[in-house]
Amino acid sequence: MRVHAAVYARGLHRHSTYRAALVAGALTNSVFGAINAMVLLAVFAARPRISGYDAGDAVTQVFVGQALIAVTLIVNTAPSLDLAERVRTGDVATDLLRPVSLLGWWLAQDLGRATFTFFFRGVPTFCVGLLLFDVVLPGGPVHAVLVLASFALAAVVGFALRYLYSLSGFWLLDTRGLWTVAGLVGPVVSGMLLPLALFPSVLADVLRLLPWASMVQIPAEILLGKDTLPGGSVFGALLLQAAWAAALLALGAWATGRATRKVVIQGG
Amino acid sequence: MTTREPATESPTEPAAGAAAAPIIEAVGLGRDFVLTEGPFLRRTRRTVSAVQDVSFTVRTGEIVGYLGPNGAGKSSTMKMLTGILTPTAGSVRVAGMEPSRQRTRLAREIGVVFGQRTTLWWDLPLRDSLTLTRHLYRVPAAAHAERLAELTELLELEPFLGTPVRQLSLGQRMRGDLTAALLHAPRLLVLDEPTIGLDVVSKSTIREFLLKINRERGTTILITTHDLGDVERLCDRVMVIDKGRLAFDGGLPELRATVPTPRVLVVDLVAPAPAIEVEGATTVRVDGPRQWLELADNPARVIAEVAREHEVADLTLREPDIEGVVSALYRGTVPAGDRT
Repeated sequence: MRVHAAVYARGLHRHSTYRAALVAGALTNSVFGAINAMVLLAVFAARPRISGYDAGDAVTQVFVGQALIAVTLIVNTAPSLDLAERVRTGDVATDLLRPVSLLGWWLAQDLGRATFTFFFRGVPTFCVGLLLFDVVLPGGPVHAVLVLASFALAAVVGFALRYLYSLSGFWLLDTRGLWTVAGLVGPVVSGMLLPLALFPSVLADVLRLLPWASMVQIPAEILLGKDTLPGGSVFGALLLQAAWAAALLALGAWATGRATRKVVIQGG
Repeated sequence: MTTREPATESPTEPAAGAAAAPIIEAVGLGRDFVLTEGPFLRRTRRTVSAVQDVSFTVRTGEIVGYLGPNGAGKSSTMKMLTGILTPTAGSVRVAGMEPSRQRTRLAREIGVVFGQRTTLWWDLPLRDSLTLTRHLYRVPAAAHAERLAELTELLELEPFLGTPVRQLSLGQRMRGDLTAALLHAPRLLVLDEPTIGLDVVSKSTIREFLLKINRERGTTILITTHDLGDVERLCDRVMVIDKGRLAFDGGLPELRATVPTPRVLVVDLVAPAPAIEVEGATTVRVDGPRQWLELADNPARVIAEVAREHEVADLTLREPDIEGVVSALYRGTVPAGDRT
């Protein structure tokens, strides 16, 4: 456990070395968020209420999405976990020579990265939203803690999916195509591009249950206190996120075993 | 194949036995790969042996060079020893463990450096990667600090401990990787081309360092390299693998004696001339006034004859070097008795 804390700290520290990229990233997310918000405001000016969402809800979800964009990395069409490149080049062999599990090592490192990115890129982006638009804030400290817990679970789900995409490199010769598809479909099905409330309700209800929604739609609805949440409550929603995080990590652990056995037994 | 017999040791005396105890024991080690090739629907499967029937024992405290041309099976052997590849034949035990089954446990006992890969954190100061190993290998803080101070001094890391790894030169990075591999005081150090791409001074620093830790800590070192300077400076013993089979296992002088590489007489004539023809020697190369004669006979007689027949400006007699010996082994001009 101590080694994971140390790896987490280094993941956090590592990303603090690229400050210009951080500022550029926050700026990009703010500008894109503002454009996205204005488009949605135009939609809601024509129809003030869509499936329980009003203009303020929609704008809030846009900035939740922009604040979590770099945490979950769902819009990246290029490999966004260094592990993917290490599998391709064979450098993963040196990872296997460490006396710790591959999954734990990368999870700790990526959560370090996500934590740093959230506070220094996500929060400033959200503040820009607050300044420019009527963005909703948590109703009190308890609500705020639940929202942060939901964001943390979003980061774990984001990691688990990218870890699985990276491991697929053990079977596919090149994972770039997979990342491209994930980076294009992910933002749509997660509620990043448009709130799922704008989709036909049957489709929206199905998408809400998939892991991608746990990265944007569910956290946004927890902040907004929507009754469309799975299970009808914040706790039901957090449970769904936690279930996805656990299931995907378990799948990741299983796939790691398969991948290393494949390399160890079949050769790499 | 010359295989050294492990020394007989008394199990009742662990201290005395430990000095000669085998740390690596490979018996009939083999690795086949199945390749599928050809166009879709007409694929054929072909089995390729990367390593065949390799047996050797490395005892604690030895420095062993593992040589072979590209594709000979060096890396496959190294992977089997470290547990990231399972043998398809034979068996191997490293530090009393079966590597592929106990990879993570074995990782605590050995240090591995791949010259072309790094385990250091690219974006962070070197110090951060080195302090992490303390948690990774659960080294007590005091022991870790002491070892780090010692290695910092030996490898002169101080000036760049605070520099991000991406800004280090190759030589500095390699010293950092070596330190990272040694901070948990492994019993066995496995090095895969540790001096690749390094300048003369960096190579020499690393060689002297390896000799020192071998002498002072008794760390066993297994090293693959294409740099025969490494071999001549470091290794008590060399193993040569060729086409997946062990072609030689023994000391350097024995390696030299295995291949009857002829001595070469380099003759500088006063003016360019056609190839010298003299009994007991063959002219193998002519470059302007300089000619190379492979001696099959007593050099004194050949030199006298050459001097009588030609106007000679200078003469040099070259002993076969390790490079010539190894390339003769690689080319397959090894005596039949040593190959299967």
